Amino acid sequence: MSIESISLSGRKKLVSNKEMNFWERMYLIAIVKGLIITIQHLFRRKVTIQYPEQVRTMSPVYRGQHQLKRDEQGRENCTACGLCALSCPAEAITMKAAERRADEKHLYREEKYAEIYEINMLRCIFCGLCEEACPKDAIYLTTSKVLVPSSYEREDFIYGKDKLVMPLDIAMKNAQLKNVK
Amino acid sequence: MDSTIIIEKSVIIVAVFALTMLMAMYSTWAERKVAAWLQDRVGPNRAGPFGLFQPLADGLKLFSKEEFEPNTPNRFLFFVGPAIAMSTALMTSAVIPWGDKLHLFGRDILLQATDLNIGLLYFFGVVSVGVYGIMIGGWASNNKFSLMGAVRAASQMVSYEVAMGLSMIALLMMTGTLSLREISAQQAGMNWNVFYQPLSFVIFLICAFAEANRTPFDLAECESELIGGYHTEYSSMKMGFYLFAEYANMFISSTILAVLFFGGYNYPGMSWAVENWGVNIANVLGFGALFIKLCGFIFFFMWVRWTIPRFRYDQLMHLGWRILIPLSIINIMIVGVVILRAEIFAYLGF
Repeated sequence: MSIESISLSGRKKLVSNKEMNFWERMYLIAIVKGLIITIQHLFRRKVTIQYPEQVRTMSPVYRGQHQLKRDEQGRENCTACGLCALSCPAEAITMKAAERRADEKHLYREEKYAEIYEINMLRCIFCGLCEEACPKDAIYLTTSKVLVPSSYEREDFIYGKDKLVMPLDIAMKNAQLKNVK
Repeated sequence: MDSTIIIEKSVIIVAVFALTMLMAMYSTWAERKVAAWLQDRVGPNRAGPFGLFQPLADGLKLFSKEEFEPNTPNRFLFFVGPAIAMSTALMTSAVIPWGDKLHLFGRDILLQATDLNIGLLYFFGVVSVGVYGIMIGGWASNNKFSLMGAVRAASQMVSYEVAMGLSMIALLMMTGTLSLREISAQQAGMNWNVFYQPLSFVIFLICAFAEANRTPFDLAECESELIGGYHTEYSSMKMGFYLFAEYANMFISSTILAVLFFGGYNYPGMSWAVENWGVNIANVLGFGALFIKLCGFIFFFMWVRWTIPRFRYDQLMHLGWRILIPLSIINIMIVGVVILRAEIFAYLGF
């Protein structure tokens, strides 16, 4: 087999520079061919997704908004070990650790917790490495379809614990569902 | 002259004016829709059902734009340019027969603003004045890109008008009249001129594209080379007038094509309809037939726009002077031989 006859795509075409005959030089046939091609597109399925009403289906491994999890008793899992911040390639995560007081046992699972936990959504690339690094199952990237809304202030893109921590009632509901099972 | 004819004619004039404006408006909508469909998109669909209010939104936007004026010594010409383009585009519709006649209030009403016996010449005359709008606008803009566009438009118009006129001569030799009403009437039944004069039709079609400044002949405003050509410096409604004039021209060109070659208001079975359903219904249907034909041509204009890329300038001139003009002269000779075939055969002794 010579190199000329190999065609991996099966669509290989040798370019010929032969002189055009009279009808080809008229271009009328070529124009009609072109018109047929364009009119075929008129009847094709449109590729447009009507965005606000219609949303593209997300991939099953889609990674969306982060969430800091609570356990079955509604206590925060995060111990502010900093591994997520360390693993973050975009350096989007910052946190400040604090020691749990005696009267806060119902709030935090372990003796150390994150007093401040912030993710800069302008830096985050949603790679999910924080989720992989977390030893306490505290941070997860959810499949939430709510995207980070646009804003005029940079401060609005730094998400603190008020936006990141899982709401308590959802945690309790999850725990109930688990108990029923 | 009695006053009823004045009323009758003014009603027709207003109706034709409104129709031209409406068609120009909705051509912009149709252009965007067809462009979108041919590119597998949906097109404007937010303003009203199927985006039907899009032209209104566009007009509102153009009206509310800043009225920019370049620092030009020809301020008067700068204003006159769009006005000429618009008024010539609207003037051509005067001679088009929209139907044969209606029988209302005990009198026959011709569905035509005026039945000039030189209707076709009038059409050519007014269309060729249309290029002055572009030329004056491009000149007065005091901008080299605008001037370039204007020069291109002028040379293109001059070149293609010749071929267009020659292709018409072949048709006129056959019809023997310049009145568009008579040409329409001659095509009754299925005697459409396109079957007798296919070559004339092709040449006229190509020239109509050039006259209307449509792709592939839109060198006057090719945005990749000349920004916007002659309307680079225009904004607001002056710009809107140029765009509007282009679409009105396209509408008129489509109508002329339908009238000259595709039987005008005639449709198969029209004489039967006149006998059985009466003149009025038959002619309303006739207007519908003309409307469908011209919409088909408008669609064709848009279809071609998304098929054929723009010509290069030298290709344009080559096509006009070295192909279309000789071809139309040959066409004239063929038509002449066919018309005089009896005499020629007699002379040769058959």
